[in-house]
Amino acid sequence: MFLSLSIICLTVAVLLAQVNKMTAKPIAEAKAMKLQNAIKEVVPAFDNDPVAEAYKMSVAKGDSLLVYPAKKGEEVVGYALNSTSNNGFGGEIQIMIGFDMENRIINYTVLQHAETPGLGSKMAEWFKNEEKPSQSVIGRDLSQGTLTVSKDGGTVDAITASTITSRAFLEAVNKAYLAYSGSKEDARSGVTEKKVAESSSDKSVEVKKEENSHE
Amino acid sequence: MNNNLKILINGVIKENPTFVLLLGMCPTLATTSSAINGMSMGLATMFVLICSNMVISMLKNVIPDMVRIPAFIVVIATFVTIIEMFMNAYVPALADSLGIFIPLIVVNCIVLGRAEAFASKNGVFASIFDGAGIGMGFTLSLTLLGSIRELMGTGKIFSMTIYPEQYGSLLFVLAPGAFIVLGYLIAIFNKLQHK
Repeated sequence: MFLSLSIICLTVAVLLAQVNKMTAKPIAEAKAMKLQNAIKEVVPAFDNDPVAEAYKMSVAKGDSLLVYPAKKGEEVVGYALNSTSNNGFGGEIQIMIGFDMENRIINYTVLQHAETPGLGSKMAEWFKNEEKPSQSVIGRDLSQGTLTVSKDGGTVDAITASTITSRAFLEAVNKAYLAYSGSKEDARSGVTEKKVAESSSDKSVEVKKEENSHE
Repeated sequence: MNNNLKILINGVIKENPTFVLLLGMCPTLATTSSAINGMSMGLATMFVLICSNMVISMLKNVIPDMVRIPAFIVVIATFVTIIEMFMNAYVPALADSLGIFIPLIVVNCIVLGRAEAFASKNGVFASIFDGAGIGMGFTLSLTLLGSIRELMGTGKIFSMTIYPEQYGSLLFVLAPGAFIVLGYLIAIFNKLQHK
C-alpha cells in the first residue's frame, strides 16, 4: 500500500520535474515579452534595453516604483513606470504608464486588476479615448497639477458607474508622475539616487494632503 | 468501437456534466463570462479528464483500494500542473484570464468522479472515450453558456460584434447572469431530453 503510493508519487515527481525544465524557459520568455510589449506601447521608439536599466524610485515611505528609462542613443526619450494602487474596487491595480520629457502622458496599459468586468475593467480603454478629451489622460501635462476625477473637482471624467476604479487609476497615474519627476531630476542634476528619493517622498506627502482635502 | 461511440455520446448528452449531473459548478459559473474563456476552460478540463482517465484505468490493478483516492488525486494534480505550465508558457494571455481556475481543476468533482465511477472499473480505451465524452459535454456546455452570456451582456460572440454593446445588459456578464442563464439552459435541456 505504502509502496505503490510511494512509487506513484516518485514517478509523478520525475515527470513534473521534466515538464518544469521544458517550460521554465518559455514561461520566463513569455513574461519578459509581456513586460517588453507593455513598455514599447507606452514610450517613444527606443534602442536600449529598458528592462536591464530599470531601477527603483521611491515615492513614499516603504513604497517604490519600477522605472524603465527609454533611451535613443544616449538621450533619454521617455520613462515607462510600473505603478500601482491598492484602492481599486477589487484590490490592487497595476498599470504601465509612459511619460515623454515634457511631463506629458504618452500612453498607458493596464497590467493587472481585479475590477468588475464590464464596469471597472473598462479602464483599459476608457482613459485613452481620443474622441472624448474630457475622459482621456493621453497627452495631459502633469506638471500643471495632479489628475483627479471631475466628481472630486478634477478634470478627468470618471468611468460611468466606476468612480472608485477611476480614482484608484488616477492615484496610480499621479504616483507614477512623482517617480517620473524624481527620475528626471536625477538624470538632470546627477545627484545620488538617495537624495532624489528623499525629495520625491516629500512631494508624495503633498499629494497625499491634496487627496485628503478632496474627501 | 460502437460501444466506445456510445460512451462518447453518453458523456455529451445523457450524462452531460453541467446540465444533467450538475457537477463542477464553480468553474462553470465563474469562467463563462465570455465564450472563449468558457471554451478554454472546457478544453483544459477535457485534457485532464482524458489523461487522468487513461492513467487511472491502467493503474487500477496496481493501486490498493485503501489508498485509491490519494493516488487518483496525485495523478489528476500532475496533469493539471502540466497543463498549467504549458498554458503559462505558450498562451500566457489565456492563462491570465482563467487565473486560479486552472489549478482548481484538481478539485473539480467531474474529474475525480469519472476516475472513481468509470476509469477504476473499465478498460483503457473505454476510459479514454469516457474522458473525451464527458470533456466534450463540459466544453460544449461551457461554450454555450459563455456565448449566451457574452451575447446578452456585450453583444458579441467570440469577440465578434453581433449588435452594438450599449444595448447589452451587463447583468449577464456578472455573477447573477451566470446563475440565470445556467438555470434556463438546464430547464431547456431537461425539456428536450424528456420528450
